[in-house]
Amino acid sequence: MSDNCKFKCYIWELPVRWCHWINMFCIVLLSVTGFLIGTPFSFGSSTSSFTMGWIRFIHFSAAYLFTVSVISRLIWSFIGNKYSGWREFFPLMTDAGRKKTVRMLRYYMLLDKDVPETIGHNPLATAAYVCLFAIYSLMILTGFALYAQHAPQGAMHKALGFMYVLFSDQGMRLTHHISMWFIFGFVINHIYSAWLMDIKEHGSEISSMFSGYKFTVRKEK
Amino acid sequence: MGKKSNCGELEALEHDLLKHDCSIGQILKERGVSRRDFLKFCSAMTAAMALPASFAPRVAQALDEVKRPTLVWLEMQSCTGDTEALLRSANPTVAEIVLDILSVDYHETIMAAAGHQAEGALDKAIADFKGKYICVIEGSISMKDGGIYGTTGGKTHLERARQVCGGALATIAVGTCASYGGIAAAVPNPTGAVGVRDAVPGATVINLPGCPVNADNLTATIVHYLVFGKIPALDSHGRPLFAYGKRIHDNCERRPHFDAGQYVEHWGDDGHRKGFCLYKMGCKGPATFHNCPTQRYNEKTSWPIAAGHPCAGCSEPQFWDTMSPMYKRLPNVPGFGIEHTADKIGLGLVAGAGAAFAVHGMLNALRKDKEPAEENKEG
Repeated sequence: MSDNCKFKCYIWELPVRWCHWINMFCIVLLSVTGFLIGTPFSFGSSTSSFTMGWIRFIHFSAAYLFTVSVISRLIWSFIGNKYSGWREFFPLMTDAGRKKTVRMLRYYMLLDKDVPETIGHNPLATAAYVCLFAIYSLMILTGFALYAQHAPQGAMHKALGFMYVLFSDQGMRLTHHISMWFIFGFVINHIYSAWLMDIKEHGSEISSMFSGYKFTVRKEK
Repeated sequence: MGKKSNCGELEALEHDLLKHDCSIGQILKERGVSRRDFLKFCSAMTAAMALPASFAPRVAQALDEVKRPTLVWLEMQSCTGDTEALLRSANPTVAEIVLDILSVDYHETIMAAAGHQAEGALDKAIADFKGKYICVIEGSISMKDGGIYGTTGGKTHLERARQVCGGALATIAVGTCASYGGIAAAVPNPTGAVGVRDAVPGATVINLPGCPVNADNLTATIVHYLVFGKIPALDSHGRPLFAYGKRIHDNCERRPHFDAGQYVEHWGDDGHRKGFCLYKMGCKGPATFHNCPTQRYNEKTSWPIAAGHPCAGCSEPQFWDTMSPMYKRLPNVPGFGIEHTADKIGLGLVAGAGAAFAVHGMLNALRKDKEPAEENKEG
């Protein structure tokens, strides 16, 4: 929201953008294949086809890629710029963050009319991302615990031994399945919010995830 | 079981303790079991224990020489299904005789003795062979209100289990009830039923779950002890790895249909008649560890999936609560009404979120925003 000439700031570094799009690609692939694994239809035309086999292979390969991507993003939050740093994800820890959270909440609840400009992460978004990372961890742990059962007493099965204490086998399947729906809930929120703020802020919210640049009224400090 | 033996001085009362001097080889010979049948049995047991075939002579040699251990068989809260599984084999087999001559000094279902005489036999067996006898327990143990919901001979099951398992070389919990409480332990579990491991925490317990136990696995467990002088390697649920080390799904004869994508869609449909995968009919094979596909039941005649019924997951802990509904892939979501599946709740959640944001978007489109205040600018 400004008629002034804006400054461009480099916000999202290359690893952040790569992780974002790899995650998106994996979530789409994992959801489609995962849904087919949970609720297959008789897609095999003969006993010699291997349709479910390939669907599971894609699911497990995408799961490894997703896990590497999530772990890389966590590591980057310690070595990347301030916008990608782990402190961004706990806005309620600082005074400025708390103020910003209240302003964002008031704007979203249609109480305030002035658009709070945000360069890095919006504090409400980071709160959602903390929940999302928790769901990711749950997905990765339950997924690999179920996967490891093909080789009981193997290294992965032993490393994830605590999961079999925490969950019953079917409970693990249910958790893995219903968490997919929670991620869908997040995706709706995420796409809507990005679209809304792109319209309201005029700061290239959506294209910043491709280019890495956002546009602000004041020059970056 | 425990019938007369002609060996030694033979005062053949049911629990004549003198019988313990005979080796299994001798007794089999007297029972008319041919050497050939005995060696066939040894090979089958070697395979059941997942040992290479070269171990068969060692198994035979060990069984030839070994002195039979004392065994007492206690019934707790059970349907006697495991005893039935053991006794109702179509033909008398070597396995049956091996178990038979295992000097079963006390077996509540089949012993001839009754009352004080029977209790006396038990007391004598566990006193004379303290630390050397094997205890088999069938059925769950009631813990609630001091265990008063299950008593035998005036003593609670809990008291008997502590007394007998405490002095045993090892306790074999046969069936799902003795292993984890089974159906008696299903919610709301009115008697506070638990498995032997939970009732007698200090005891050495081998769990052989299954509803009923596969008699071959029980025989193999005992043979393993007779041959190697120690109990077999166990998994984290206390089950022998040779019998419970692999998932049903991974050894299933219908697995190629799963990988191909050929499923039974309805009972009695074309796929069902052709023997397709029962995954969509709620098969719990992917969640169950047992050697049913290879060992099968009743002298390797059949097992549920071979008969066209999905696996119920009976050998897993808390199977009655966690594996239901029996004919569905996923459990119902706890806290919601019956028949509320994860997908229905998930769809509702996504539709709700979509509707909420659509309304929010429309309200936003209708209003005019202001330039951010000076303190609201970043950068």
